[in-house]
Amino acid sequence: MKVPVSITVNGKQYDKMVEPRMLLVYFIREELALTGTHIGCDTSSCGACTVHLDGKALKSCSMLAVQASGKSVTTIEGMASGENLHPLQEGFHMEHGLQCGFCTPGMIMCAADMLKNNPNPTEEEIRHGLEGNFCRCTGYHNIVKSIQYAANKMQESA
Amino acid sequence: MVPSKFAYHKPTTLKEAIDLLSTHGDDSKILSGGHSLVPVLKLRLNDPEHIIDVSGVASMGGIKDNEKSITIGANSTHAEIANNAALKEHAPMIAIAASMIGDIQVRNFGTIGGSIAHADPAADWPAVLLAADANVVISGANGNRTVDIDQFFKGLFMTAVGEEEIITAISIPKSAFNKNSTYVKFAQPASRFALVGCAVAVANADGYVTEARVAFNGVSATPFRDGNVEKSLKGSVLNGDAIATATASVADGVSIMSDHFAAENYRKHMAGVYARKALSALA
Repeated sequence: MKVPVSITVNGKQYDKMVEPRMLLVYFIREELALTGTHIGCDTSSCGACTVHLDGKALKSCSMLAVQASGKSVTTIEGMASGENLHPLQEGFHMEHGLQCGFCTPGMIMCAADMLKNNPNPTEEEIRHGLEGNFCRCTGYHNIVKSIQYAANKMQESA
Repeated sequence: MVPSKFAYHKPTTLKEAIDLLSTHGDDSKILSGGHSLVPVLKLRLNDPEHIIDVSGVASMGGIKDNEKSITIGANSTHAEIANNAALKEHAPMIAIAASMIGDIQVRNFGTIGGSIAHADPAADWPAVLLAADANVVISGANGNRTVDIDQFFKGLFMTAVGEEEIITAISIPKSAFNKNSTYVKFAQPASRFALVGCAVAVANADGYVTEARVAFNGVSATPFRDGNVEKSLKGSVLNGDAIATATASVADGVSIMSDHFAAENYRKHMAGVYARKALSALA
């Protein structure tokens, strides 16, 4: 039996009827057609499905859509403001932080949470903070540089 | 992966949650953060007909700093616990273990109540709670009962919680041993689950150990305290020699897990290595 949910995604409220067993990642991808959030491992290991729920990074394959009802979700599509890329998006562009790009949305959403709690992380802290996100191109080196780029940029403009 | 069909309930009070449990019994499962249960539902290892989401039960949240103990609401997330000042001061191993669970995303939403109810042998909570002499508050139709942590973990994914009961809080005593405590783990590199996790809490007086508590998870299907190590340390000066003597035969007589990540003899060896690491940090 479907139940009503009301979830705000990237600032817009969506009222839908969903099955209680629907995962949040499927709500985002299939109900809202926001396909920037990826499904990688589907077992809470890889982090490709990372979004923010009420400002905190979450693996959206590990939560039911009903659990997010009444709450606010931000996906990769909600990071840029108009034509202006988020500093993390700009960092991944400038520092070549992606190869195939599949892990990138999750990397950026996780890194945004990390920088919120620790605006000036060391390289080790960045690598540690990314332990829930896998890059199977193994491009971690440039991912770390991309996050450092964003941290510097966000500090300058703060 | 998609779970089997179920009906979803979201009570706002503990009484409402217990009433739902009494009505649906073993056809129901409690959900808090969902970070143990949702993966289980997706793999269809369990297919309850009713999910009771207790995340909105306010009385199950928050961390209270009392005179003689710290009460951790079952709905507290690992991240809240890792950042709690009272726990950092009075039982550092609790905050340390919380900061080592999974990753940022898992710590943001996974809860202590959900994790210990699930009782995964490779989870990080059992060792520190055993070493801390914690109490688990469990609520049911007949009110609350408190279970000593030594009586809580019953085996692989099994606990003392009854079918119609809910874990509502975990209480950590403010004691000399908890104040001087730490947790170390040998983590499976992809999942961050513990191949070996060792919690140690040591009280000293006049330079001699008056009480030592040494507990492990990841090593055996049931987390355990190693009484031989604890006894050997008591009365000694905590130094390299005392630690080497006490940890010469860690986990003797314990049934040790073996899997494709770590064979039995390797795990037993690493339990000794991590016990020495943890105790050395307090020496």
